[in-house]
Amino acid sequence: MTLLGGSALWLALLLGVWGAIAGFAGGRTGRPDLQRSARHAVFAMCAALLTAVFSLEWALFHHDFNVEYVAAYTSRNLPTFYIWSALYAGQRGSLLFWATVLTIFGSLAQLLTAGRHRVYLPYVAAVTTVVAGFFVCVMLFAANPFDRLPYTPLDGRGMNPQLQNPGMVFHPPMLYLGYISITIPFAFAMAALLSKRLDADWLVAIRKWTLLSWLFLSVGICLGMWWAYVELGWGGYWAWDPVENASLLPWLTMTAFLHSVMIQEKRGMLKKWNLALIIGSWLLSILGTFITRSGVISSVHSFTQSGVGYFFLAFLVIAGVTSFTLYAKRLPLLEAETRLESMVSREASFLFNNLLFVGIAFSVLFGTLFPILSEAVRGTKVTVGPPFFNLVNIPLGLALLLLTGIGPLIAWRRASLPNLRRQFAVPSTAFGFTLLMLLVVGVRDIGALLAIACGGFVAGTIAQEFWRGTTARHRQYGESWPLALARLVGRNRRRYGGYIVHAGIVMLFFAFAGMAFKTETEATLRPGESATIKSPYGWTYTFTHLGISQYDALNRLVTAGTVEVRRDGKRLGLLTTEKRQHVDALGRSTFEPSTEVGIRSDLREDLYVVLGGVVNGSEQAVYRFTINPLVWWVWYGGMVVALGGLVVMWPGGGVPAVKRAQAGYMVKLVGKT
Amino acid sequence: MNAGTKFAIGAVLIVGSVGWLMASGIKETGQYFLTPSELSRKVATDPSFYNVGMKVGAHVVPGSVVREVATQTLTFRVTDGSAIYPVTFHGLPPDTFTDSVEVVVEGRLQPDGVIHATNVLAKCGSRYEAVPKA
Repeated sequence: MTLLGGSALWLALLLGVWGAIAGFAGGRTGRPDLQRSARHAVFAMCAALLTAVFSLEWALFHHDFNVEYVAAYTSRNLPTFYIWSALYAGQRGSLLFWATVLTIFGSLAQLLTAGRHRVYLPYVAAVTTVVAGFFVCVMLFAANPFDRLPYTPLDGRGMNPQLQNPGMVFHPPMLYLGYISITIPFAFAMAALLSKRLDADWLVAIRKWTLLSWLFLSVGICLGMWWAYVELGWGGYWAWDPVENASLLPWLTMTAFLHSVMIQEKRGMLKKWNLALIIGSWLLSILGTFITRSGVISSVHSFTQSGVGYFFLAFLVIAGVTSFTLYAKRLPLLEAETRLESMVSREASFLFNNLLFVGIAFSVLFGTLFPILSEAVRGTKVTVGPPFFNLVNIPLGLALLLLTGIGPLIAWRRASLPNLRRQFAVPSTAFGFTLLMLLVVGVRDIGALLAIACGGFVAGTIAQEFWRGTTARHRQYGESWPLALARLVGRNRRRYGGYIVHAGIVMLFFAFAGMAFKTETEATLRPGESATIKSPYGWTYTFTHLGISQYDALNRLVTAGTVEVRRDGKRLGLLTTEKRQHVDALGRSTFEPSTEVGIRSDLREDLYVVLGGVVNGSEQAVYRFTINPLVWWVWYGGMVVALGGLVVMWPGGGVPAVKRAQAGYMVKLVGKT
Repeated sequence: MNAGTKFAIGAVLIVGSVGWLMASGIKETGQYFLTPSELSRKVATDPSFYNVGMKVGAHVVPGSVVREVATQTLTFRVTDGSAIYPVTFHGLPPDTFTDSVEVVVEGRLQPDGVIHATNVLAKCGSRYEAVPKA
C-alpha cells in the first residue's frame, strides 16, 4: 500500500504544478479550457491525496510496522479510536493531513462559489494547488510518511500517552482545519489582486470562509486549553507556550479582520488594511504550522535535524515577499472611498479595536520569537515567559474588552451627545454596580476587578441591545416575547450572533480573572492523613488520602491514589488521580509515566488533584492539590463563542439568496467535524 | 483638528503603549537562556552573576537523578558535554522528566555551585514523539 501512497503523492505533485500553470495562465488569458483544466486539477489533486491518506490509514490499521511512520506512532495494543488519530500524531502524517484538507477546501471553493464570483476561481485554484503542492514537496523530499524501515519491528513504539486523550483526537484537526481554511480567503485575496477586481465583491465571496476558519480556530484553541488542563497536570490551561501562541496569532488577526471588514462593507474604508490582515493571517497560519512542526523555538537543534524547517522557512519568505510585492503594486487601486468623520463613531472604535488586536498579535509574536531574535542580535539567548505576556497583554486585553462594550453603543459616522447619553447609561451603571459588588465582597486584585467590571459593562451593552430589539418587535408586531427574541436574532444573525460571541468572550475574561485567585499546596500523605487548603471563597477543603491501588489496563499499568474531599467538614465525595505507565504488547515500558488528574468542577471553582508519586513499596503518596476558581467559565464561554459563530454563519435570514447555497454546505461541514 | 488627526494621535498612543509595555516587559521579565558552558564562562568573568534568575538548557547526566519522594526533593546533574552543574529542585517534576532527557532548568546558581531550580521543564515540547531508541 505504501507504493500506492507514494505514487499518489508524486501524482499530486504533478497535478499541483499543472494546476498552478493552468490556473495562472487561465486567469490571465481568460481561456475557458485552461480555467476548466485548473479546476479539474484541484479535484484530481484532492483525489490523489485522499488515496494517499487511505493507504496510510490502511498501513496503520494493518499494523504494517515496516513503515517507519506506523512503527513510530502506533503499537498493537493501541486502542482503535486512537489509530485514526495517528494520521496526525506525527509530523509526516500531519503534513499529509494538511495538504489533503486544503485540497478538499479548495475543491469546495471551486464547487460552491456563487456565479458572480467565478472570475476569481482560476487564480484561487492556482494558489490552492501551489500551497498544497508545497506540502507534498516537503513530504516527498524531507518527510515521506511512506518511508520503509530496513527491518520490520515486532511492535511499534506506540502513541505518546499524552496524546491518548479524547481532546487530542479533536483538538489538532480542529486547529489544523482553522489554519488550513485561511488559505481559501488568502487565495481569494490573491485572486482579487491578480485580477485587479478589488471592489467589495471579493470580500463577500470570502466572508463565510473567514468565519469558518475563525470558528475552527476558536474551537481548536478551546479544545487545546481543555486538553492541557486535564492531561498535562500542571494546573492551568494556558502557559504562553510557543505552540499555543502560534495558534493564537492568526486567531487575533482574523478577529481583527472580521471587525474591520464591516467598515469596508459599510463605508468603503480600510481596503489596504483588510487585504494586509488576510495575507498576514495566512502567513501566521503557515508560521504556526512551522513552529508546531519544527520545534524551532524550543530548540534550534531539532530544526536542523529534520530539514522540514528549511522548507518552511524558505516557503514563508518566498510567499511573504511575493504576496506583499503584489499587494504593494496594487496599492493605488485600494484607495478609500470615504474618510473618517468623527472620533466618536463606530468606525473609530473599530479602528482602535483593530489596532489593539494587531498590537497584541505583534507582542505575542515578538515574545515568541524573542529567544531567536536576541540570539541573532546580541549573541546571548534571552527568553521571556508568561510574566512578559501577562504584563503586556492584560492591559491591552482589558482595553479591548472595554471596546467590545463601547463599539456597539456608538453610531456609525458620527454620534451625537444625547445619543451617547441614551446608550451609555445602562452599561455604565452595570460597570459601577459590578465594581462596587466586588469591592464589597473583598476582591482587591486590580486586574480581576477591572476584568470583571469591564465584563459587566459589556454584558450591560449586550443585554441592552437584546432588550431594545426584542421590545421593539414586541410592540411593533405584537409578537410574544420569546418569538420576538427568536425573530430578532434570526433576522439579524450577523449582529446578534456577534453579540453572542461577545457574551462568550465576557465569560472567558471572567474565567481568566479567576486565575488570579488560584491556590495550591503539595503534601506527602500516608493513608488516613489529610491536607487542608483554604479556597478563595473562604471555605476550608480537607483532602484525606485513602490509599493506593495498582492494576493493569489495556495498554498500561495504573497506580491510582484516592482522596476523600470535605468542604468545611461536609463530605463532597472521592477524587481519584492516576499515574499511568504505558506498556507495549510484550509488557515493556514505553514512554514516561503520564498523569491523570482528578478534577471536581463547578461554577465557582475546580478542585484539581495530581498524584506526584508513591514512596517505594508503601502507600505513602505525594499529592498536589490546586483550587482553580472559575475554570468552568472557560469551557462554557468557549461554547458560547462557538454558538455565536454558528449563528452568524447560519444560512438564510439577512443573507441574499445567491449566497445561501454557499453557506449551507459550510454549516454541514461544521456539523460533521 | 479633523478626525483623521485625532485618530492618528490615538493610534500613536496605542502603538506607543504597546511598545512601552513590551520594552518594560522584556526588561523586567527577560531571562538569560544559557548552556552549562556559557554559564561557567559568565560566572568566571562576572561573579555577580550568582543568584540571578536564568534558564539553563542541557542534558541530564544519565544515572545522576536522585528522587526523594518523601521530601519531594529531586537532585540531578546537567551537562552540555563540557561543563557540569548539579541541580536541586523541590516539587513535582513533569511526567516527561527522566535521566536521559533534555531539560530546561529555571532557577538561580548559588555561590556553592549548585543550581537551585524553581522549575524544571523536560524537552519534548511540541512534537510529542517517542524518543528514538539509539
